[in-house]
Amino acid sequence: MSLAIFSIGLLGTVCGLGLGWAAKSLRAETDPIVDRIDRLLPQTQCGKCNFKGCRPYAEAIAAGQAEINQCPPGGEAGIRALADLLGREPLPLNPANGLEKPAAVAVIDELVCIGCTLCIEACPVDAILGATKQMHTVIAAECTGCELCLPPCPVDCIVMEIPEAIDRRRRPRPALAAGAS
Amino acid sequence: MQDSAVERARNAGKRLFHFHGGLRLHHHKQASCQVAVQSVAIPPRLYIPLMQHAGPEATPLVGTGAHVLKGEPVARFNEPSIGYVHAPTSGTIAAIARQAITHPSGLEGLCVVLKPDGLDRWTRLQPMEHWQSADPELIRQRLCESGIVGLGGAVFPTSRKVEEARNFGIHTLILNGAECEPYISCDEMLMREQPDKVVLGALILQKAVAAEQVIIAIEDQMEEVFSALQAAISNADCTHMRLVKVRTIYPEGGEKQLIQVLTGLEIPAGCRPPELGLLCQNVATAAAVAEAVTEGKPLVQRIVTVTGNGVKRPHNLLALIGTPISTLVDACGGYTHDAARLVLGGPLMGYALASDQNPVIKAANCILVLSNRDIQSDQAEMPCIRCGECARVCPALLLPQTLNWQIRNDLLDDASDSGLGECIECGCCDYVCPSHIPLAEWFRFGKSEHQLLAMERSQSNLARDRYLAREARLEQLKQDRERRLGEKKQALRDRTSVTGGTMGQGPA
Ligand code: SF4
Ligand code: SF4
Ligand code: SF4
Repeated sequence: MSLAIFSIGLLGTVCGLGLGWAAKSLRAETDPIVDRIDRLLPQTQCGKCNFKGCRPYAEAIAAGQAEINQCPPGGEAGIRALADLLGREPLPLNPANGLEKPAAVAVIDELVCIGCTLCIEACPVDAILGATKQMHTVIAAECTGCELCLPPCPVDCIVMEIPEAIDRRRRPRPALAAGAS
Repeated sequence: MQDSAVERARNAGKRLFHFHGGLRLHHHKQASCQVAVQSVAIPPRLYIPLMQHAGPEATPLVGTGAHVLKGEPVARFNEPSIGYVHAPTSGTIAAIARQAITHPSGLEGLCVVLKPDGLDRWTRLQPMEHWQSADPELIRQRLCESGIVGLGGAVFPTSRKVEEARNFGIHTLILNGAECEPYISCDEMLMREQPDKVVLGALILQKAVAAEQVIIAIEDQMEEVFSALQAAISNADCTHMRLVKVRTIYPEGGEKQLIQVLTGLEIPAGCRPPELGLLCQNVATAAAVAEAVTEGKPLVQRIVTVTGNGVKRPHNLLALIGTPISTLVDACGGYTHDAARLVLGGPLMGYALASDQNPVIKAANCILVLSNRDIQSDQAEMPCIRCGECARVCPALLLPQTLNWQIRNDLLDDASDSGLGECIECGCCDYVCPSHIPLAEWFRFGKSEHQLLAMERSQSNLARDRYLAREARLEQLKQDRERRLGEKKQALRDRTSVTGGTMGQGPA
């Protein structure tokens, strides 16, 4: 009897120590759930979710401080993906954060631009090129369409344009195609 | 690749093998094979699309009103090793405008509109007289400049394929003459009428990639082609070229399927033929190569099969790129009274066209006009009954029913894991599906959606990296500023305490 108690106790101690050691020294560096949430966010970095960017929003969701329906660029599809990941019910997009829109890129009217550099400071992904009193331009391939450069521009020379190339290449969903022909 | 696989690939064509699935179909080729290939008269306007293959449009090199000669470049692609778009005949540029182009999405694209002057005058041609002794790189450059692309339907730039092939080292060049889709007979007619050109093109390609041997694969029902090519091969006196007849089972002309028939090797997903030392080229591409190298002519025309119950006299026509499809149909006697649908390509892999004003493009091997009779057999779609017929015939060994379900439910990643990328869009599954589900159409849709998704993901990864880099930079700047501020404060404090000390001590 005492042998049994002793051996089970020993086993428990060894396992406990092992687990304790593993928890300390094998710990993953970052919280993987934050990474996984971040991967589902569109990375527009627009701040419409009331956080400074996608990553801070992901951290807030992981900490339970934010709902999953605050990201307009991600839209309904994004909310569904988040709900799937977190095992929650999907919610409708919170209109207070904005509405879902087709992706767009910013275009600077280069004749009007006065070279104030204010938009450069606003761009969260360094997608604007320019220098003081020089014409500025947006690197279209790197612009996420966050619209953060629009308000600071003192001469309102930045507009959002929907690049046509992307949607044009799309094949129609077959059911629709059959209906159309 | 293991050596044993390469060794087997070397013995390609000595013994024939089978691939999984496939269909035995009525080939319906007779209709268009009765008469010789005819040239189509030059139409009043040519519409030359600047988007000819996947990738961005070419940039125009000429302006409206300019006069160009036949074969002069009118636009160039910005990527290296793709080359130019050429004027199919001499004339003036009437406009450079957006037009409906021949594309499954019914898309508009930039086109050079050419008003022919009727003289059809070539620009100065520069044949490579001594290609036998030329540097293979020069041949490749010539293919690039001449706008040669795969004419089997994929329109992949040939010079790129050659370049890739050279990097891997090729032992066997396979010329694909197994034109397996019903109704299409343009390659068959080409091989019958110009076997010498095909063989010459094969020799040039062989030289360009330094292959040891060439195999020309044709279907076992192409008797005339066989004798024509046999004669051409013995004329050319090449001992390293073999003609192989493969069994007619659709889609034995698919690249991977043909390789499997010839070598018995199944090419693994994500692996391409050059890794086994094989290069596949279409026979029409070879003929275009021969013209580009020995005559200096860029690719400005192709043979198009115009057939189906909806045209009066089915024919193979030699048409300039950019000719409106209506011109071709007229050359075949026009539509019959019950013509109902226009399809580019064959009945299994083709897509419906919205209008016959669309121009002929390099990929246009066949224009199929279906009549009401053909279409009536189109039946309403019903739910999948999980019969498994589709999986039985799929030559790519996929489970079409699963893919279909995944794509319909937007599970694109799952579909991609289930092998969507390996689908060759042959339409076999469609053909046998008792519920008439347009499976291949769903797969084409799924592939394009998945591609877009991948693009969006790479863009969002880029945005994340740039965002994090910017945050790190701002953080660094902030710290630097604080440190400098701190240092200054410290210096100030030091100075005040020092001066304060001296002042305190001064009077003492
Ligand atoms: S709202 Fe903007 S910043 Fe917030 S997660 Fe969505 S894209 Fe990112
Ligand atoms: S350019 Fe403007 S819209 Fe584009 S990412 Fe930068 S701030 Fe946003
Ligand atoms: S279309 Fe794709 S899934 Fe269907 S049979 Fe052909 S390869 Fe298989």
